[in-house]
Amino acid sequence: MTPWPISIAAAVASFLLLLVVFELIRSRRLSERYALLWLVTGVVLLALSLWRGGLNTIAGWFGVATYPPAILGAVGALFILVVLLHYSTVISRLSDQNTILAQRLALLEGQLRERQE
Amino acid sequence: MTDVVEATPAPRADLVARLRELRRLAIVPALDEEATVGSVIDEIRSFDPDFEIAVIDDGSTDRTSAVAASRAVHVIRLPFNVGIGGAVQTGYRYAFENGFDLAVQVDGDGQHDPAELPKILRPVLDDEADLVVGSRFAGHDAYRSTAVRRVGIRIFASVVSAVVGQRITDATSGFRAANARGIALFAADYPHDYPEVEATVMCVKNGLRLEEVPVAMRERSGGRSSITTLRSIYYMAKVLLAIFVGLFRRYNVPPEEEKRR
Repeated sequence: MTPWPISIAAAVASFLLLLVVFELIRSRRLSERYALLWLVTGVVLLALSLWRGGLNTIAGWFGVATYPPAILGAVGALFILVVLLHYSTVISRLSDQNTILAQRLALLEGQLRERQE
Repeated sequence: MTDVVEATPAPRADLVARLRELRRLAIVPALDEEATVGSVIDEIRSFDPDFEIAVIDDGSTDRTSAVAASRAVHVIRLPFNVGIGGAVQTGYRYAFENGFDLAVQVDGDGQHDPAELPKILRPVLDDEADLVVGSRFAGHDAYRSTAVRRVGIRIFASVVSAVVGQRITDATSGFRAANARGIALFAADYPHDYPEVEATVMCVKNGLRLEEVPVAMRERSGGRSSITTLRSIYYMAKVLLAIFVGLFRRYNVPPEEEKRR
């Protein structure tokens, strides 16, 4: 079974994550579009830390029944990986759009200069 | 099943006169709608030839912009796809910056019938509402849609009704009319993807008067719906989250945008 202090610490940490994400959305520093993945991460980690029996069962499937919290770490790492991959796609899109905007701006400035001359 | 066809009554003469005094803009968001955007423009003009029309081309890869430009309307071509929310807000910004008194939203896919415009214009012209939403469900209209989508629309309708304290039957409708106050609000702040539901809530939270009127809508005659089955889950989650978090906000419009108004 997972030691109680780990369960409590993990539950508190995931709850804090949810709270921080909520406050960031509320104060409009994080848009809902990018918050959903963080919320899913927080909810899954919170569920796994509170549902100690379930964590035990899952640990059994993966042969780490001697130390179930390893599953918490693995699930947390998996979600961080997904969030990072998501951000890579977002950054790629942003940089493409940024290039298009720079090109459009340069073309517009060119047109404006030619008209003024 | 027999369709009940409601005859569109002739607009009241005083309303027509009042409409003529206003600078009015039709915002037509379009993404790959070359097949339909032309007839949408023609129909708006046959309703009222003096309606200025702004087609917002949200990064189409077809001839949407060319078709619109050939009909001598304002064509605003976004450099890449910014999503329906960003496209519609571009229209409201255009209306705000050019001093329009009245704006209507008519989708470029032809599902909104410009002949129904008098219904959504009346409450604005009578100064009863700042934003009017044309609802498919408020009346007895037999609007055909997939069962899943109808359930989604119903869920949003009850959530929005509870939040705004007013009976709403179709918060997802994009067939809308707004007066200068509505234009100013949406120019300053408009939700990003899947914006209609949030915009409805936003309007009431900012103290604007909202009214819903029954309208008949058509089957989509071209293009594709922006909502696929897989995306609808994301859609529901995102919009419900936005409404939930919005309940804990004191002001919906960010302070720096508020100053601009």
